[in-house]
Amino acid sequence: MADGTSVPIGGLASAKSAGRKTAMQKFAQRRSTTGFLLCLPLILLVACFVVYPAFYAIYLSMLNKKMTAFVGLGNFQFLLKRHTFQLVIFQSCLFAITAVVLKALLGFTLAHLMHNIPGKNQKIWRGLLLVPWVIPLALSTLTWWWMFDPSYSAFNWVLNQFGFANVPWLGVGWIARFCTIAVNVWYGTPFFMIMYLAALKSVPEQLYEASAIDGANAVQKLFFVTLPMMRNIISITVLFSLITTFADFDIVRILTAGGPQDMTHVFATYAFQVGIQSGDIPLGAADSLFMFPILAFAAFFVLRGVTKRTKEIAA
Amino acid sequence: MAEVSVRKVVKEYEGGVQAVKGIDLDIADHEFVVLVGPSGCGKSTTLRMIAGLEEITSGEIWIGGDVVNDVPPRDRDIAMVFQNYALYPHMSVFDNMAFGLKLRKFPKDEIKRRVDDAARILDIVPLLDRKPRALSGGQRQRVAMGRAIVRNPKVFLFDEPLSNLDAKLRVQMRTEIKKVHQTIPTTTVYVTHDQIEAMTLADRVVVMNGGVIEQVGTPQELYHNPASRFVAGFIGSPAMNFLPCRIQDGANGGLAVRVTDSIIVPIPPARVDRYGAYKGKEMVLGIRPEHLFEHRDHGKPGWTRVDLPVDVVEPMGMETMVHFFVEGTPVCARIDPATHAAPGEMLPLTADLNQMHLMLPDTGRVV
Repeated sequence: MADGTSVPIGGLASAKSAGRKTAMQKFAQRRSTTGFLLCLPLILLVACFVVYPAFYAIYLSMLNKKMTAFVGLGNFQFLLKRHTFQLVIFQSCLFAITAVVLKALLGFTLAHLMHNIPGKNQKIWRGLLLVPWVIPLALSTLTWWWMFDPSYSAFNWVLNQFGFANVPWLGVGWIARFCTIAVNVWYGTPFFMIMYLAALKSVPEQLYEASAIDGANAVQKLFFVTLPMMRNIISITVLFSLITTFADFDIVRILTAGGPQDMTHVFATYAFQVGIQSGDIPLGAADSLFMFPILAFAAFFVLRGVTKRTKEIAA
Repeated sequence: MAEVSVRKVVKEYEGGVQAVKGIDLDIADHEFVVLVGPSGCGKSTTLRMIAGLEEITSGEIWIGGDVVNDVPPRDRDIAMVFQNYALYPHMSVFDNMAFGLKLRKFPKDEIKRRVDDAARILDIVPLLDRKPRALSGGQRQRVAMGRAIVRNPKVFLFDEPLSNLDAKLRVQMRTEIKKVHQTIPTTTVYVTHDQIEAMTLADRVVVMNGGVIEQVGTPQELYHNPASRFVAGFIGSPAMNFLPCRIQDGANGGLAVRVTDSIIVPIPPARVDRYGAYKGKEMVLGIRPEHLFEHRDHGKPGWTRVDLPVDVVEPMGMETMVHFFVEGTPVCARIDPATHAAPGEMLPLTADLNQMHLMLPDTGRVV
């Protein structure tokens, strides 16, 4: 083929078919085409189980209780005026933000402790501390519910041993709020710990050595080396946890079912109560859709920061 | 500026592995000392112990007249340049260089002045606002050096700083480092496995092997008077040739080195007394490739002709390497590029035995 004029063996007809084949092959071989085809199953799954339900929820939220008439934003306006729903917004924000901050702080501390435990022992502790995260949440929350029980509370038994009076853990608004947050923190901290531990291990040791020689003490190393190097992981983990904590259902549903006096309701449990238990599905849908703008707002800022820092740091 | 002393320093890791086996070393103020040796010889460990990044198992390290065994790195007033540069990726070049000064609470204008001065010396002024990821390897290395310079420390420590650079840049940066030391003559300890780097940079070279110091000396001393077979083989490129030999009686009451039945060369009279005690003993003859020449009938005293069959010829431009085998032992000669040597042909060679080294086969000690 050095002269550039030779045709494939088999004559002109096969040359033509070879030409067609090449066009097909070219189409199939284009990276973007291959990529799209490989992603297609996932795209279909997402379309079926995410996009369709999301749009259906938006559609539902604009119907009346009997689902016979279009009411526009009526359900949303109704919810916003309702005192219980205002409590739900407050409690959802309090629950998610407090729990995520505590999980991040505790996870970071535990990851640091874990990072400094040598070799084999580290694996044991890591395994033990992951236990809360791997137990099905509904089961572990039931255990917590028993421990908070007004009559048989393990915590109250301990308090009694030290001469303190019983505490109505799930019976008083603010204490119940504290309990739901505490259980969420107990459950979610291992996730933060394992993510931060991985991030800590990826910080090059030489940066610590360089900073030690530059004159940094342990606290300065934390603030000038560790935290800046972990900012992306911290941001992503916080965002991810914020989303799951905001949408939490199990803990509140099992521990308090939203009580006392609706003080512990979050969006998901309130949507369940209004939509399923009270039979007002459009109102429930409207309630759950309130999460969307809040989370979209958080996601936008967090991901923007992550992208910016990745560009800055990536070598 | 300060002198550094290492006294009987031992580093033993868990499991009893000794990386450094009780070394002694005194480094004078302003001196540029290079620790050189193969991987695992303990040179980096020694440097890290001086830096305070590794604990010392026993012995003492002195910096500027003080024992610093228990002094943390930040209080030793040292600066270190790492192999991977260890620049803080989230900080600009300016902040990287200023970090140590900021931690030591220097006034802002003083920090700026020092960073600007260092940047000027290293020719990195236009890079001050960039992040490390936007720099090339050579520029990163300059920034790492800048970070060391701005602190004006008592001692500079370099841990294989040029290993990650390509060959051309390495030569260029080597010159830069030498220039910086001439401008700012701070006591410097430099670790490398590259003997050329060691020879070109050092006031004194410390050759380490297996956790001990084989020899300390100026580059010339190490080249001309190696103390052991290890040093003789490590310093110089291509490496010195080593040939098993026997010392025997030579002509006119002198001595001769018998390498093979056909290669028996007289030892220069000036060395007869020195080697007399080894007559009749099996020894190792060491001769550098550059002390083997193509024979041109204009020999000097101590130059002896030997004819050898050529195995491989490597023209390098300014010189040509010719490889032979002498009874199975490889030998290399660095000869004039005008040679007509061709593989398979005999080449008459002259050895300058004034430059020979004789070693004990068991200990490797040069006699």
